Amino acid sequence: MAEPQRARPKPTPETQHFWEGTKAGELRLQRCDACAHVYFPPRPFCPSCASRKVSIFKASGKGFLYSYVINHRPAAPGFTPPYAIAVVELDEGPRMMSNIIDSPQTPEALELDMKLEVAFQKLDDNITLPVFRPAKG
Amino acid sequence: MRRNQVAVVGAAETTELGVIPNMSQLQLHADAALNAIADAELKLSDIDGFATAVETPQQVCHYLGITPTWVDGTSVGGCSFMLHVRHAAAAIEAGLCKTVLITHAESGKSMIGKLPRSIPADSLQGQFEAPFGVYGPPSMFPIPVLRFMKTYGITHEQLASVAVVQREWAAKNPRAMMKDPITVADVLNSRMIAYPFRLLQCCLVTDGGGALILTSADRAKDFPRKPVYIMGTGESVETPMVSQMETFNSSRAFKVAGPLAFKEAGIAHKDVDHLMIYDAFAHLPLFGLGDLGFMPYEETGKFIADGNTRPGGKLPLNTNGGGLSYMHSGMYGMYALQESVRQMRGIAPAQVAKAKISVCHGVGGMFAASGTIVFTNER
Ligand SMILES: [Zn+2]
Repeated sequence: MAEPQRARPKPTPETQHFWEGTKAGELRLQRCDACAHVYFPPRPFCPSCASRKVSIFKASGKGFLYSYVINHRPAAPGFTPPYAIAVVELDEGPRMMSNIIDSPQTPEALELDMKLEVAFQKLDDNITLPVFRPAKG
Repeated sequence: MRRNQVAVVGAAETTELGVIPNMSQLQLHADAALNAIADAELKLSDIDGFATAVETPQQVCHYLGITPTWVDGTSVGGCSFMLHVRHAAAAIEAGLCKTVLITHAESGKSMIGKLPRSIPADSLQGQFEAPFGVYGPPSMFPIPVLRFMKTYGITHEQLASVAVVQREWAAKNPRAMMKDPITVADVLNSRMIAYPFRLLQCCLVTDGGGALILTSADRAKDFPRKPVYIMGTGESVETPMVSQMETFNSSRAFKVAGPLAFKEAGIAHKDVDHLMIYDAFAHLPLFGLGDLGFMPYEETGKFIADGNTRPGGKLPLNTNGGGLSYMHSGMYGMYALQESVRQMRGIAPAQVAKAKISVCHGVGGMFAASGTIVFTNER
């Protein structure tokens, strides 16, 4: 029997650029051409001013740990508890849910406001997930 | 909306609460509805307005044999019933219907005839939250807690005291699931679920339901029970994705719905005799006390830990024992409303003496939605 699999995102026309980006090793965000608002998750208009003139750009991949839980039970399929489910605030402003790699999954190791940088975790030929690790230096 | 124009004239929970292995979810709706109809001494044919959540109005109306002229299927999570009360009050005032039945039921524990909940892989949640290991409310709802604690200096002991105090209320309630006293140490030593929350800081999982009947305040005086008037109401939504909340230091939906209800009721915080804040998890009463403006966020943890919300305290909170100790079928808002109505009727198991104004504040999803109702027993 196959191992239960981690939930796999299925891109839509509006999010395709984001998932193409992670496959190419880029974290892509969108910026409004009219009001400069940077936002996430993806959509082809600005949720701040409703302009349809928006641009996709490569984000710095840098941010900090905004909050998290360390999930013990029940564990999601494909995860071995305990594991942290984090919300990262990116330097560009938006926040996103992710996981923290290269770190013990403990309250002692995971300090709020610690600097993080993006890494990419390939799930299969179609999907690469953005995850974060403690920033070096 | 004008205050005190509409009243609750029927209110009841399912005959049993807890583990009900001999009843489907749909029958639990009917059980609660029939109990509320009996409470109001009405006939099913008197009902011309109907609202429910998760199950559709057509499903429950057909099963009960009701032909409504007004329906509301607003389904925004556990506070849907607060929104139904608000919408029903507006509909009755507008003359769209005269007598509204609101039902909730959930076979949350026994899972009989329960509709499956799933997150499509191409939804925004399916793409940007599910792949990172969220799996049900315990892994999602507490995500803001650590930030909230850091911002306001809230301690683990204070968050544990929420469960301790509510267990004190539950001990006074024969229908509460969990009645044995607990200590802060018991809470902090209970099994870890999703750090920082342990088992005793997470809601129960039970079966049950409840129903309310509303009509105009003018008609209400002819009913057998003491009318409970709708004094003020508020509602809002924010986001289905907990990661995308504007901030983890407060809930935008709470901050819209709560003050709206206070303003409509024309009351100040000192007027509140009894308070319900939907407590799926132990941090919600702290968010609620802050977002509804009872006190600065920094003081919320200490306020509860110091015993101000316990039996005999100055602000009785979650007097049925709450979702942590009374019952939680999945959408707890209906049970909070039932307790507010009991308190206003003067028949609650842990009755607050001379209570005249009750505020009932609900949450839907993981801070996704909110509804607030201010009740009074004086017109
Ligand atoms: Zn804009």
